[in-house]
Amino acid sequence: MTDGFQLVVCGSLVPDPLQTLEPVSTPQGPGLKNEMMLPSVLDPWAAHALYEAADLAKRFPGSKVWLVSLGPKAKLQQLMMTVAQKVPFELIALDGSASGFTDALGVAEALAGAIEAIPGLDKSRLLVFGGCASASRDAGVTLQVVGERLGIRDQFVGVDMLTVRPEGGFEVLERIEGGQYQVSVCAGAPAVLAWATGNLPEPPNNPQIGMANMRGVMPALQKAKPAAAGVGGMAYGDVELPSQKRQTRIVKDATADEIAREIVEWIKA
Amino acid sequence: MTTVLALMHTQEDGSLPKAAREALTAASQLAAQSGAALSVGVIGKGASAAADTVAGCGAASFWVIGDEAVYPARYATDAAAVTALVKAAGAQIVVAPGSSRFMRCLPGASYRLGAVIDTHIVAQQAAPDGSVRVQRWFYRQRILGSFSRAARPWLLVVDSGVNAPWEGAAGSASAQTVEVAFAEDGQRTTVTGARAPAADAQTIRPDAPLLFVAGAGWTKKQKDGQPHIAEASGLIQTFLGKTQASLGSSKSLVDIQSEGQETLHFMSHMNQIGQTGSTPRHPKGLATCCHGEEPHAVGWRFINERRAVNLDPNCGWAQGKADVVYVADAFDVMARVNELL
Repeated sequence: MTDGFQLVVCGSLVPDPLQTLEPVSTPQGPGLKNEMMLPSVLDPWAAHALYEAADLAKRFPGSKVWLVSLGPKAKLQQLMMTVAQKVPFELIALDGSASGFTDALGVAEALAGAIEAIPGLDKSRLLVFGGCASASRDAGVTLQVVGERLGIRDQFVGVDMLTVRPEGGFEVLERIEGGQYQVSVCAGAPAVLAWATGNLPEPPNNPQIGMANMRGVMPALQKAKPAAAGVGGMAYGDVELPSQKRQTRIVKDATADEIAREIVEWIKA
Repeated sequence: MTTVLALMHTQEDGSLPKAAREALTAASQLAAQSGAALSVGVIGKGASAAADTVAGCGAASFWVIGDEAVYPARYATDAAAVTALVKAAGAQIVVAPGSSRFMRCLPGASYRLGAVIDTHIVAQQAAPDGSVRVQRWFYRQRILGSFSRAARPWLLVVDSGVNAPWEGAAGSASAQTVEVAFAEDGQRTTVTGARAPAADAQTIRPDAPLLFVAGAGWTKKQKDGQPHIAEASGLIQTFLGKTQASLGSSKSLVDIQSEGQETLHFMSHMNQIGQTGSTPRHPKGLATCCHGEEPHAVGWRFINERRAVNLDPNCGWAQGKADVVYVADAFDVMARVNELL
């Protein structure tokens, strides 16, 4: 792979996992209370995909990373203040809802359109990355449909490792049932890889990378096209928080022996 | 008459996985509720023989694709096979298990079929007029929502552990073979096998009655001011060996590993449960050295009985998330538990 890869990472924002979420009804369908005010993070699995893409780009000269992100423009701008400091990429922003209640098919259509519009896109070098699911909709559908829309027939889901082989092509480890990996060898790009956690830690903030990225981020946000991704044909009924408050018994002054006996009895019951 | 198709795949040995039989139960119920015809479709090695094992399910037709091309779980060939099978069956509603194989290929197949798709379905209900309402979680098991769609075909990918596995008589299904013209570029990927993650033993056991979750506390400094990682490893592995429990981890514990610090060597991101991990289904769960804060506790959403051992009486587990919280040192308790077991 002398010319490097064209790595397109699809990923957007989700509410910070520590935030309390409360569903509300809106004219566009279900939403979250104070959705625009909730602190956001880059979707965790998409973040892993971005770090893996950046690592691959660093190891294969001539590679380039794009981050295609669909979300409210103002929130994307906030998100980029932190994400842009992690790894080098070029942002392609789409202005629309990042709600977990939107239909994955509409989102995929918007993302595929944005990828196709990348100037100089060479599909023979293209690897489309993203998370295996989002922490919002959690459907695990979007990337595969993006791949179909782009005519990519080699797709992998739940990826934890991609190893480029010296003789060409690459090996992929995908999560399957029972805590195992399915091992596949693909002839090469183009391919879609929906990442699980991968193997890389979160890169530390690098202000120099941040400054370089931000030069492209602001223009990308300014020219972000509106994306009409909504609930599509989904007719929602009840959307609610689970009422699973338990009566917790707190055992404070028991000995380890007493506790152990109780636990063993419970396990064996 | 509309058709509900139970779509399944075989395992490496040619048998149907439990999740497939669960999907058959869901499809049978939907067909009965809506007065639709039930069809069964099976792809994979030994598809025809597998269809025979569910011949007594009351399906009006059986469709199979057992070409060598669909022996491995590969996106391109699976998507082509599913597309051809759903078209042959003329199904308006397709119910399939949420296995890794189908989660990989069904979204792409739905695009080829011009269909709509929803995954992680945890409940489904049909009406005599053919309308179907389903339920699934949003925001990683934090919000539960129900919805319906008018569009057809509609692919419903059901979570495992939600429906009872179908049980009934085997027989002769007289399945019809669907011919598929697999594209030449559909085999650029070769599945070479399965590999267990780097670990001493297989610790993820989806069918185990107990989930044991270890938190980062196992790797922290203990009463003597020193971490006791080897002792923690021994206690946990002994417990897993004696109980055959499935091992889960908090995010903080597996993150320690990816940051290069010394930690439990048999633990990987595959074990992680919670907001950014898995949400397994087990009858019982025991948490040790974990904080039951919301992102972690969503991993316990489908654990029926929950107990925790924690030094902090004010930790998140005590806030109505566990049934019992033992305020104690997990090292002491688990050592004694292992002795008693």
